[in-house]
Amino acid sequence: MGLSLDLLINAVIAGILLGGFYTAVTIGVSISFGILDIVNIAHPAFIILGSYIAYIVNQSFGIDPIVISLLMMPAFYVLGAGVYQIYYEAFERHGQESLRGLSFFFGLLFVTEVILILVFGVDYRYVEAWYIGPSWHLGVMDFPLRMLVPCVVALALFAALELFLSRTFIGRAICAVAQDQLALRLMAASPTRIKRIAFGISIATTAVAGALLIVIQPVEPSVGRDYIGRVFAICVLGGLGSLPGTVIGAMLLGIIESFTSTFYGPSWAPAVAFGVLLLTLAVRPAGLMGR
Amino acid sequence: MPLLQVTGLSKRFGGFVALDGIDLAVAAGERVGLIGPNGSGKSTLVNCICGTLVNETGTVRFAGEVVDGLVTHERTRRGMARSFQLPRPFGTLTVADNLRVPLLYTVNARRRPALRGAELEARCIELLMLVGLAEKAANLPRDLTQVEMRKLELARAMAAEPKLLMADEAMAGLSQSEVDDIVTLLIRLNERGITIVLIEHIMRAVMRFSQRLVVLVSGKKIADGQPETVVRDPVVERAYLGQ
Amino acid sequence: MQNGIFLLVSLVVAALVFFAARALNNDYIFFAGYTVLQFIVLATAWNILGGYTGYVNFGSAAFFAMGAYASVFFHKLYPLPIPVLIVIGGIVSGVVGLGTGYLTLRLRGAFFAIATLALAVVLQTFVVNWDYVGGSRGAYIIRPNQSPLTGPYIHYLFLLMLVLVVLALACARSIERSQLGYGFATIRDDELAAEASGVPTLRLKLIATTLSGALMGMAGAPFPYYIGYLQPSSAFGLEYAVNSIAMPMIGGTTSWVGPLIGAVLLGSLQQIATVTISSAVNLLIVGLLLVGFVIIAPSGIVGLVQHGWPRRSAK
Repeated sequence: MGLSLDLLINAVIAGILLGGFYTAVTIGVSISFGILDIVNIAHPAFIILGSYIAYIVNQSFGIDPIVISLLMMPAFYVLGAGVYQIYYEAFERHGQESLRGLSFFFGLLFVTEVILILVFGVDYRYVEAWYIGPSWHLGVMDFPLRMLVPCVVALALFAALELFLSRTFIGRAICAVAQDQLALRLMAASPTRIKRIAFGISIATTAVAGALLIVIQPVEPSVGRDYIGRVFAICVLGGLGSLPGTVIGAMLLGIIESFTSTFYGPSWAPAVAFGVLLLTLAVRPAGLMGR
Repeated sequence: MPLLQVTGLSKRFGGFVALDGIDLAVAAGERVGLIGPNGSGKSTLVNCICGTLVNETGTVRFAGEVVDGLVTHERTRRGMARSFQLPRPFGTLTVADNLRVPLLYTVNARRRPALRGAELEARCIELLMLVGLAEKAANLPRDLTQVEMRKLELARAMAAEPKLLMADEAMAGLSQSEVDDIVTLLIRLNERGITIVLIEHIMRAVMRFSQRLVVLVSGKKIADGQPETVVRDPVVERAYLGQ
Repeated sequence: MQNGIFLLVSLVVAALVFFAARALNNDYIFFAGYTVLQFIVLATAWNILGGYTGYVNFGSAAFFAMGAYASVFFHKLYPLPIPVLIVIGGIVSGVVGLGTGYLTLRLRGAFFAIATLALAVVLQTFVVNWDYVGGSRGAYIIRPNQSPLTGPYIHYLFLLMLVLVVLALACARSIERSQLGYGFATIRDDELAAEASGVPTLRLKLIATTLSGALMGMAGAPFPYYIGYLQPSSAFGLEYAVNSIAMPMIGGTTSWVGPLIGAVLLGSLQQIATVTISSAVNLLIVGLLLVGFVIIAPSGIVGLVQHGWPRRSAK
């Protein structure tokens, strides 16, 4: 096949870095879909929102986009809590989540995209930061910083969340709420409140994911749609409800996409995630580390 | 040959063993009571027998045929019916239409000529009268009381003309006289030839109904025999009745 | 009203609509009307799956576009009359519907919905990479000026779409009143209880996805001839997904009348809005209406007329 080893190694590296970023994108859905069983297909819309906010503040004040996103997390948390409250009042309470809940989130996804088009137009937007451009070289290996920094931040986010879910009371209550609401009530914690907190956290992560996204690539409103397939493919591949599974799934998908891109061309990338999703659903729907 | 034969059935949920090597045989025409504490696996057993859940080990034989690979609706069509612990009516269909569904999809799948038109209607009304819901035929399930919902649940299971009916806690939350009504109804059904397995907590109902009593605790069968004997078994008393 | 009579009556109504449009003698009516009719078909098709069985399809654009691209393919290979292309479009999209369903319907409804969303993106990727049908550059379809039947070609397309509308509505209505309709309703209401009652849920769901996909493909087949220049971004446009969901949800999902009302109302509204405001604002309105109706009036307009404002049942 005439593969050069350099090309292969760098494809793997690019895949891992991409996988790290995909972790940040998906971790919120691991919580909302994997743990809370809410099919929030509008998740990518929040991410794109995060990207645009990072863009505005970066362009106006020159602040580093990742720093902006960390500052935005509380606001996104509140937004997420609000959205959950509406979802709960309108649907979950009456046991009608499926059709109407899905339509609700789809409507949100769509409305967000259209509003962004109206406000910003369809031009690609990008941010500026010192790590966009330079690469770190180690022998034949290339580590573009604009990929490396997001990867590191993403994994840090994952580690923080994993610690939170396993070590704090609220974190464990969140894991419990998926399994046994009665036991949770007996512990004097309100399941609704716990779910609201969890969903808020899930949306808070999109602030960071959005900033990372616009660091990695220029963004325009319809980019979100490419990520729906990826996000759920990773969730299912990794196993619903397992955060470490999400990382593994993200890395795998990142590597597969990177290889496809390198050897077949980047225009096939969106098809990869879907193929992975279908394959997983057909063969092992519980995912690699599923409950 | 027993109508229902369950051998070595096990079911796990992740690390939790819900059912551990259950053996159960039910003869045609029998009235079997199945009791056990909450979480002992009674509903899981029913779900596995019907195909709603897939068991890891063991076999389920119905009328001599191994049904393990079959999906729920195929088992229903072979004569297995169940009512759900929490009633699950078809909310957007009227009470009468709720009964029409098993008639169309189970009974008609078996018989030629298929039930149609007036005959179908008549059968619906007949079933409704059997459980005392005839006046509510045109209502939606959400207009029914608790008791009526449970009766609808039973009627729907019966509409499928089963050989075996598994009634899962059909009487929870009902008053004494309502419980008696349902037990009488079930005994009458049994006299028409339907084998019935009754899963229940209400001991009075169980004792009145059962010809044989099976006790499940923590996924294991710990007793199986004459109701009076089982009830006096010290193991059973300790595990369940002492509560 | 028996199915045969309904068919007859609707054909008569369709004929009246056609001749009324001719009498008004304004081609714009035909162009705008075609779009509305197209939406009636798409909304009705979506509702057969989404409204009747409760399984949401987010990828209506994919099924629609496949019908369109099948026409483009044959146009380049060997031009066929449009009615034949409609049948082909139906078959292609029907098969894809069946395939998607077969792979995902044994799992939860949510997975099916996600798969349809991703499907649209993936098929668009394939088409963009397929030069024979124009790839990302798009394909030109030269349509004749006149048609032997009706004079101006747009009248011909309008007539074809009218026939499709009648077909779709008759199909939806006859399902509703049939055994199949009961089966679909039980899947929507409680799939587990449906199985326990003997309903072969997988088989019925596959029937619904195939039928729904096929109708959408049939609606897409004449599209290249209508629009003259077909680009992936317009064939796979998000407005198809949103509208095919919004129209039934706003009109009412439990009856064949709902998608009809929703499509006529929203479709006309959008035609007016696109001309007077902008198409992006127009889509925003549709999206907001969808979210609004889903939250406030879940049974749609049909529900409002039948039952008044919805009372929430306590749980």
